[in-house]
Amino acid sequence: MIATSMIPRVALRTALPLRRGFATSRVDLANTLVFLEHKKGNFAAATLSALTAAQKLGGDIDALVVGGDDASQVADKAAKLPGLKKVLFAKHADFANNLSEPLAPLIKKIVESNSYTHVCTGHTAVGRDIFPRAAALLDSSQVSDIIGLEGEDTFVRPIYAGNAIATLKSSDKVKVFTVRGTAFDAAALEGGSATTEEVKPDGVESLTDFVEEKVSESSRPDLATAPRVVSGGRALKSADNFVKYIEPLADSLNAAVGASRAAVDAGYADNALQVGQTGKIIAPELYVAVGISGAIQHLAGMKDSKTIVAINKDADAPIFQVADLGLVADLYEAVPEMLEKIK
Amino acid sequence: MRASLVNQLRVLVPVKRTIDYAVKIRVASDGKGVDQNVKFSMNPFDEIAVEEAVRLREKHKDAISKITVVSVGPPKTADVLRTALAMGADDAIHVEVPDKAVANPLEPLGVSKILNEIVKKAGEEEEVGLIIMGKQAIDDDASQTGQMLAGLLNWPQATYASKLEFSSKPEKGAEATVTREIDGGLGIVKTKLPFVMTTDLRLNEPRYASLPNIMKAKKKPFKKYTLADLGLEDQVKPRQEILKVAEPPKREGGAKVENVDELISKLKEAGRI
Repeated sequence: MIATSMIPRVALRTALPLRRGFATSRVDLANTLVFLEHKKGNFAAATLSALTAAQKLGGDIDALVVGGDDASQVADKAAKLPGLKKVLFAKHADFANNLSEPLAPLIKKIVESNSYTHVCTGHTAVGRDIFPRAAALLDSSQVSDIIGLEGEDTFVRPIYAGNAIATLKSSDKVKVFTVRGTAFDAAALEGGSATTEEVKPDGVESLTDFVEEKVSESSRPDLATAPRVVSGGRALKSADNFVKYIEPLADSLNAAVGASRAAVDAGYADNALQVGQTGKIIAPELYVAVGISGAIQHLAGMKDSKTIVAINKDADAPIFQVADLGLVADLYEAVPEMLEKIK
Repeated sequence: MRASLVNQLRVLVPVKRTIDYAVKIRVASDGKGVDQNVKFSMNPFDEIAVEEAVRLREKHKDAISKITVVSVGPPKTADVLRTALAMGADDAIHVEVPDKAVANPLEPLGVSKILNEIVKKAGEEEEVGLIIMGKQAIDDDASQTGQMLAGLLNWPQATYASKLEFSSKPEKGAEATVTREIDGGLGIVKTKLPFVMTTDLRLNEPRYASLPNIMKAKKKPFKKYTLADLGLEDQVKPRQEILKVAEPPKREGGAKVENVDELISKLKEAGRI
């Protein structure tokens, strides 16, 4: 890796304000690798947030794109992302499905041969699967799901389902971290002009075979990134009611559909819709919780929403403690009335 | 001690003692951690892991030689190991660290190094062929240890599993189909024993330990190691210094509206609809 003093200017050209003044940033410029997760050529939203986080570190930023036959096309697309110096791409049939066993050694090799000081990606199912394995190979203690950066070695992350916020300083030589998508703005898709470079993987070892993916098809906005979300809980009582009450309300607000764990476990809604500590963690402009009591684990997934609306029959439900607007009412009356009046 | 057959599978289940999931935690007055004078229990995802191991034996009779539970933690961690034994595990390994380690906890990397060593140690007696563990601990929410351990062992990993199936008897080299919870849906992978699997919520519904089983658990084999015994004292030192633990910003919630009209007009005022 050739590092010249001119390089940081590339990062300065980005539209996003760079935080300067990290104690060590002048002496020890960060040299960051961002793993760009993509599906069918579209970058995962949290990946673009990870790029924004990387920009806050200052220093050079390169990106890594992996895939099957599409890897070089996606790399060309990545080259337009703001603030990147170089996009490395690696092509192999086993990279197409983001399997951790071949990718973790690849990341280790690239990080070591280019002397990266930081490597990050989004805290998505893919990032959570691959990165700790890569961190162990690099002998680095990963920092998961960061929501803030206070220096090149100081990270902020939620613990205990978001009921406490820890600030920690890492002494690792290579800082490996994953970024919470909702905590950083997504980087723009245009504005940069990085070079691309192919990395030839050596000895790809596939220990796991990908069989298939069953992704819920939906014409609604994506839950993770939708500006509005309508969620249903146990009070819906059945999958039919979920379809009858929650979905039309979501559609009338052009919102994504979410659900509490209780609703998912009872089979009212699909697993992928679960909002909470162990499901999706989201922060939309508007979150409408319908028939959700508001357990700690659910709040962990949505309490950073800008405006929270709660509709619940029980005036003492914990959800009302976080709701900006609470309506104590039977959802079977309130939701149809809302539908009528929103039109 | 039951006779161990070469083609039988030994399952290792790492578990963690965490603050009970229902406790509303409080930030400690020194601002470096959270108040520890609360109820602790087994990390919920680890209960699911123990349950899955026990069910695997129930489903494939005589295929599993032994289910060994292991935990790294202060003396009280023995309680959660006893719970796991009462759920149906056969023996327990406790890697005991001093109480002060609670304030400066081991990181997933350190724990995965310890577990890596335990897999070797246990293997001297009988080889471990499958590791089932929780997808994350509800205290540090890191979601790293299983993946790190798989990386150190160079075993395949099947994370966030909601279904595990073996088409044949689960023995070394047998193929497993694992359904994983991924963003947007489910992903299905095939892998071969030995591997590391981490459990998602929907894998199963853990059983309660019955009183007779709790009594029986007290007599099951229970091994103890210290970090010095494993020669790992220096290798597992935390790499991260906790500078501060703070309360999250408080939401100003609580305002109630009278009816749907007021709700809609307030949302319109705020520009949300």
